[in-house]
Formats: sequence, structure tokens, C-alpha cells
Amino acid sequence: MAEPITVPTPQQIIEPAIAGRTETMVLNMGPHHPSTHGVLRLVLELDGEVVVNVAPDVGYLHTGIEKTMESKTYQKAVVLTDRMDYLAPLSNNLCYALAVEKLLGVEIPERAQIARVLLTELQRISSHLVWLGTHALDLAAMSVFLYAFREREQILDIFELVSGARMMTSYFRIGGLAYDLPADFIPTVEQFLAIMPSRIDEYEDLLTANPLWLERTVGVGVIDAQSAIALGLTGANLRATGVAYDVRKAMPYSGYETYSFEIPIGKNGDIYDRYRVRMAEMRQSVKIVQQATERLRELGPGPVVTSNRKVAPPPKHEITESMESLIHHFKLWTEGFKPPRGDAYVSIESPRGILGCYVVSDGSPKPWRVHFRAPSFINLQSLAHMAKGRLVADLVALIASLDPVLGEVDR
Amino acid sequence: MGIEEKAGNLGIVTTTLETVVNWGRTNAMWPLLFGLACCAIEMMGAQASNYDLSRFGMELNRASPRQADLMIVAGRVSRKMAPVVRRLYDQMPEPKWVIAMGDCAACGGIFNNYAIVQGVDEVVPVDVYVAGCPPRPEALIDGIMMLHQKVMREKINGKKEAPIRIEHPLVQVK
Repeated sequence: MAEPITVPTPQQIIEPAIAGRTETMVLNMGPHHPSTHGVLRLVLELDGEVVVNVAPDVGYLHTGIEKTMESKTYQKAVVLTDRMDYLAPLSNNLCYALAVEKLLGVEIPERAQIARVLLTELQRISSHLVWLGTHALDLAAMSVFLYAFREREQILDIFELVSGARMMTSYFRIGGLAYDLPADFIPTVEQFLAIMPSRIDEYEDLLTANPLWLERTVGVGVIDAQSAIALGLTGANLRATGVAYDVRKAMPYSGYETYSFEIPIGKNGDIYDRYRVRMAEMRQSVKIVQQATERLRELGPGPVVTSNRKVAPPPKHEITESMESLIHHFKLWTEGFKPPRGDAYVSIESPRGILGCYVVSDGSPKPWRVHFRAPSFINLQSLAHMAKGRLVADLVALIASLDPVLGEVDR
Repeated sequence: MGIEEKAGNLGIVTTTLETVVNWGRTNAMWPLLFGLACCAIEMMGAQASNYDLSRFGMELNRASPRQADLMIVAGRVSRKMAPVVRRLYDQMPEPKWVIAMGDCAACGGIFNNYAIVQGVDEVVPVDVYVAGCPPRPEALIDGIMMLHQKVMREKINGKKEAPIRIEHPLVQVK
């Protein structure tokens, strides 16, 4: 193992500069900057236009989500998870729901499992489309953004059809889904699947062999596999270095082991490889969605929430007929359920990397502690390692290629 | 071509100074490129192909506050971010307007806790509040058009109207 990689703090850069001990210049980038993808602040130490050191300063979007969850019952906290990684709310819902389900030890019906896989894969595509659009926008390719958002709107329409909301769906609840999929769900998804592969080709036509794009991305922001692992880099950023690690294969959840898909990997670990990996991932996601749609059609209608009445309320028709069911429903939503004392950790492959959720229960209806291993936050610490010795303009491309979501970084 | 064919030879037009100035301000209103959280994605959606905010002359986002007329506060404002928001507002030249997009910017939304400023109107004066979590692009466009109407009513003496609140009924779920 080489010498440990350290991440500087803003003070380590600012203080010597104020004291006049350095020849370099300190530049503040953010928190209001068009290409920091939110409210990320970077303190740059520059020698001319060459980056000597970068210190990310996070917390400008700190929302106190983890703390607020401690004052909500387990069911109500689902709503908060949406607002963390706002490009992939369904992945967040899924991670939290899986962790609480592990704590409770409940079984999820097959139809809900398939719907979860299907919708999180659609979410992955929509998240990658935002990444693609904004990444290209940062490198001054405006049209890609307009194309990418055209398809994203179609995915959002599917989410709206399913849950009534475009972005903050809160559709995966503890024990299954919020309610059943609508009747026209499968045809709508199939309509989307029919056009999406050709649309991915369209994006690739615009960028993959574009000389300007290649000039800005090939050989820029390189990280080797060993350093990437040492820095905890995950997701497409890690796979671009050639490490084929994907939680969907390594530790399958929600039945991912039964779907056939590949893990696209890169070779050089530069921005271009990250781009190629994400583009290939979108194609793989389309493949998974196709399989899930077929399964959903074969399976036919069925329950979408667990039959465990300690977790899920009784079905609507029972509530209107039986007083006990009504009382049970009321108690479940006002008091919540009480998981056994203990803790549970679940990690899933979110569009940004390994998203982990750690829930600690003290036996009360409210979680004692909820912690999220946010991939964006951990991916950001590799920024300094990759940016050193490059130009400021490369840093802009580098941030976009890491695909951080500041809502998730700061939580 | 254009208006001449319809209205004949427009040698002289009589109008009020207020109308001309306000008309000019509404049709070239440049928003500040300023996204905070989830709502920023819907703001991007409003500017993208499907909703096409450029129909209202609003597609040109300026990253520098010194070139912007309109601040769309899209997302939750944390206590760490609040001074930055105020500073950006102060750097914008007059006349300037603010839209509080989404529940968090309007009143703190679901985050009633230590970290989030309970409404951006604690920091900057707001002209239009758009409800929603996040508001749909249509709702944002509705808010922007309402701001345009408000600007058209503005007096040359610089007196400002009271803020407008746009509330949308909750989405009905089957």
C-alpha cells in the first residue's frame, strides 16, 4: 500500500495563504457556482491556472434529515428519505424500507419486489439522464441537456402515473408499496422501453466520438483502482477504474440475483470511462426493466404489501366492514409499529454508488438513530486526489463526472 | 412582416412610460442560475424541452447575480446558506424580484428543524410564493407569469405590491 491519501480541510489551505506563507493563490469556488451541481463550496489553491490542492467545504444544504427521522415514526420517516438524493428518491425509499424490513423480518410479496426493481431501474436511467445533461452543459454542449430531459420527462410521467408525484414519490413503503400499480402501467413502460435504446444511441452520437468531448474528458481526472478503493469511491466512478463491484451482484437485494444483466466497467478511470460506464449502465437498466415488465405481466395481479398486520394496515374493504380493523388501522398510523431492539444495515446500488442505511431501534415506534452512508459524500473526498495538477477547467468536468447530489452529501 | 401588417404604419404610438418600461422588464427578465435542492431539478425541467421557459423570454439564466433580475429560490435554505442567499440578493442590481419556489423556500416545508430557515422571506423579500414539494414546472411557470403581471402593474415611483401566494390543490391519488 502506498502512502495514505489525505483530504485537506479548507482551513489548511486558507490559513497559510492569509499568513502569507505561500506563493500560490487561494480561490473560492461556490457555494453559488453553476457547475458545482448545487451548493458545494471548493477552496482551491492555484498556481496560475493549475490546481495545487482542493478542499471541499460541505454543509450548505444540511437539512438535519437523519436527526428529524428520530422524531418520526418508522412509516412517516419514508417521506424524508425522498429529499436526500433528489435525483433518485426511489432508491432512497428502497434502502430505508429494506433496512427497516430487515429489522422487522417481514417478507415482501413478489409483485412488490418486481415493482421495486422496475422502478428503481427507471430511476437509475432518469438520474443518469440528469447527470448526462448537466455534465454536457458544463462542458458547453447545450443540446444534450434538452434531449436528456425529453426522456426524463417520460420517466417522470411513469412515476406520476404510479404514485401521483413526479419526483418525491414516497412509493416504497415499509412492507411493500404504497398502493397497487395502475392498470395502464405496463403498456406505458413498454412504450418507453421501445424508444429508449434508440435515444441512448442518439446521445452517444452526440458525444462518444465528438472531438471536443474527447479533448475535455480522455485522460482527465484519472484515478487508479487501488486509490479509488482506498478513498471509498463507489458506483460508476469505481467501475470506471476496472473494478467490477456492484451491490446488485455482490450482495443482491429485492431479487436482483434472478435478473440477467452485466456490470459495465471501464479501464483508465478517467472522465471518459465514467461517461462510457454510465451510458452502458443505462442500457443494462433498460434490459432489467424489460425483464421486470415481462415478469409483472406473467405474475398478474396480487398483493403489494406484506400480510403481516403488525406492519401493514388491513386492506380498505376490511376497514369499512370490521370495527377491529378500523381500530387496528388507526393505531398503526397514530402509534406506529414497534420493531424489536437491535440494528440493521442494508446497502443498495443507488445511481451514485453504494447507498447504505443503518437503523437502530430501541424498541419504540420511532427509530433511535438512522444513518445513511451517502455515496455522493464519500465520492467527493477523491476530488482533491484527482484534481491535483490539472487546470481549473478540468475541475469543472471532474465534479460533473463524479455526479454528486448535494442533498445527499449534506443530508 | 409581423406587427406592421396588422396595425398599419406605426409611426407614432402613444402609451405611458410605465407600460413601456414594465413591458420591457417582463419580456427580458433574466433569472439567476441558482439551484439549492430538489426544486432546482424541476426548475431545470421547466427550462428544458418539454416546458420550454424560453417562450416567456426567461431561458437565459445568468450565473452572475450582477446580470440577473430575478432570483428563483429553488429549494431549502439552510442556516449556513442563508447569508450567501442574502449576499447574492444584495449583489443583484435593482429592480429585482424573488420567487420562493417550493414549500421549503416558502415556509420551511416538511423540515421544521434546527438546520433549515423557516421560509426564505426571513432573509430576502419575496414577490411570489409557489407551493409544492417540489412544484411542477407548470406551477413554476404559473408563478413566473403571475410575477410578470405583477411587474406590469408596478408604478414608476417604485412602490412594491404585497407578495402573491400560489396554492395548488394536492394531487388526488386513487
